[in-house]
Amino acid sequence: MLSRLKRASVENELLYLFLHSRVAQLAALISVLMMGAAALAAFVAPSNPYDLASFDLLDSLLPPSYMDGGDARFLIGTDDQGRDLLSAILYGTRLSLTVGLLSVAFASILGVTLGLMAGYLGGRFDTIVMRIADVQLSLPAILTALLIDGIARGILPQQRHDDLMLVVLTVAIGLSLWVNFARTARASTFVEKNKEYVQATQIMGMHPLRIMFVQILPNILGPIMVILTVDLAVAILLEATLSFLGVGVPPNQPSLGTLIRIGTEYLFSGEWWIVIFPSLTLVVLIVAVNVLGDFLRDALNPKLR
Amino acid sequence: MLAFISRRLLQSVFVMLAVSLIAFTLFRFVGDPVAQMVGQETSVADQERIRDSLGLNDPITTQFVSFVSDLITGNFGFSYRTRQPISEMILSRMPATIELGIVSLLISLLIGVPAGIYTALHRGGAIANTILVTTLIGISIPTFVIGIFLIFIFGVQLGWLPTFGRGDVVTIGWWQTNFLTIDGWRSLLLPALTLGVYQLTLTMRLVRSEMQDVMKTDFIKFARARGINRHSIHYNHALRNTMVPVITIIGLQFGGVIAFSIVTESVFQWPGMGLLFLDSIRYVDIPVMSVYLVLIALMFVVINLIVDLLYAVIDPRVRTGATH
Repeated sequence: MLSRLKRASVENELLYLFLHSRVAQLAALISVLMMGAAALAAFVAPSNPYDLASFDLLDSLLPPSYMDGGDARFLIGTDDQGRDLLSAILYGTRLSLTVGLLSVAFASILGVTLGLMAGYLGGRFDTIVMRIADVQLSLPAILTALLIDGIARGILPQQRHDDLMLVVLTVAIGLSLWVNFARTARASTFVEKNKEYVQATQIMGMHPLRIMFVQILPNILGPIMVILTVDLAVAILLEATLSFLGVGVPPNQPSLGTLIRIGTEYLFSGEWWIVIFPSLTLVVLIVAVNVLGDFLRDALNPKLR
Repeated sequence: MLAFISRRLLQSVFVMLAVSLIAFTLFRFVGDPVAQMVGQETSVADQERIRDSLGLNDPITTQFVSFVSDLITGNFGFSYRTRQPISEMILSRMPATIELGIVSLLISLLIGVPAGIYTALHRGGAIANTILVTTLIGISIPTFVIGIFLIFIFGVQLGWLPTFGRGDVVTIGWWQTNFLTIDGWRSLLLPALTLGVYQLTLTMRLVRSEMQDVMKTDFIKFARARGINRHSIHYNHALRNTMVPVITIIGLQFGGVIAFSIVTESVFQWPGMGLLFLDSIRYVDIPVMSVYLVLIALMFVVINLIVDLLYAVIDPRVRTGATH
């Protein structure tokens, strides 16, 4: 009862701070709009960029419709295959967000589970998990993701690799981000496990798994939420970077990073729109998510208030 | 202190062993090394002989030991793709990456530190706020997008600077340098800026928050109470105390610069180690991948070690672990 009351007040405070922060509201609005547009891409996009029949090579490299030589059908122009760039961006955003959300979900489930158990059980399990985390922290996330992708390339035959690309990408990004979740969950669990409510459940003879996931977990969600938001931005960025480097999603299903890579080849011949519009979309998306993350961090950190 | 150093050294050795184990697993089990080396017409018996001569039929622990001792003696083996010795390939690529890293780190320091001090001392001011908002955006823009925008503005629209390759280099011994020709400097400018911008925002935010913390401490208040002039408080008392953690983080940043140069090198076709690693992933050139992995990990471990030891020298609490 007490903990429920406490949680309710934290939520109200969050709401209060949110209603008084214009920047956070704007960031939330942009994030929701972009996620909505991406989720409904199949309905709002003028055409389907994955459908080979829907575009024509004769339409390739057309400038935006407001420019000379533009075509009214293509609001912001077409890419090298004749795909409508706006549709490609909508579908690309959907892909980038899907990979981002899935890999953060994967990273958080893995990281929080390991961190919670390491913090609660302590001992040898804790040592092993934290040693693995140390090793991984000695490499930047982008390197880990690249490496896992490279390993998958070596193990899987080319065809299977292309089919499983999204899974490989999600696992690669997820595995490079779990450490943050594990460390945060572990540190918070250390604090929680010495509190009276946990001791009470221990005395009652509750199963350790139940104590961890039913009693402790809800009380350490605050800091985990912050990491979740911040890492979503990181995951979107990682996916875009991998796709840009040409080791991400297959080219017939372009994500924002792939579109930007294709666009750079046309930068010098004057077709700037292929690179500029996807880049702006990506930047706006990441800035919006980052601003939300910053807001959450400040709002949930009592030291800064 | 000695106990701390040896504990820390042991930990580093453990990390390096773990990374070598990953690299070894990669090398040994991802794809068949023999199949990669020989043509299709090589007979099974011949393949078996090669397998034997390479020691691939030895017990797995023996193989791991010889793998590690090869790494330690600098015998990195051969690339599957180019058949060149990997040590040569990496040595020829290293100067490009290191020069790029140094210049971008300099950019990040020369702009980031003054900007951080300014924003810390002028909290809430119009210029300080503008700088802060700019850096929040700067931190959110992917490195490759920054590179592309720079290429678009300075390479395509204005046509001022070259946008790919190293330009004219001067060779001193085996080290090819960009620093001695004007064209080399011009080629270096855009990639270094691209790589420097992200580090710059980090440096600036770090200096700012450290400086703000120091400004709140009692000894600064006391210095004010003694009537010491503002300038002296800011630059003699506060800045000096700010720089200790900042210097250590900068050490760590150099590792980040080298790692992130993968992306920058790809955008500008800068012929460094990052591009080599990227090619090795694209063509599943496992030996190059595993050597690069070990070298980068070594660099991070050494930098981490130095930083930790520096901390221990400065702050005695770290040595004994009294804070925990």
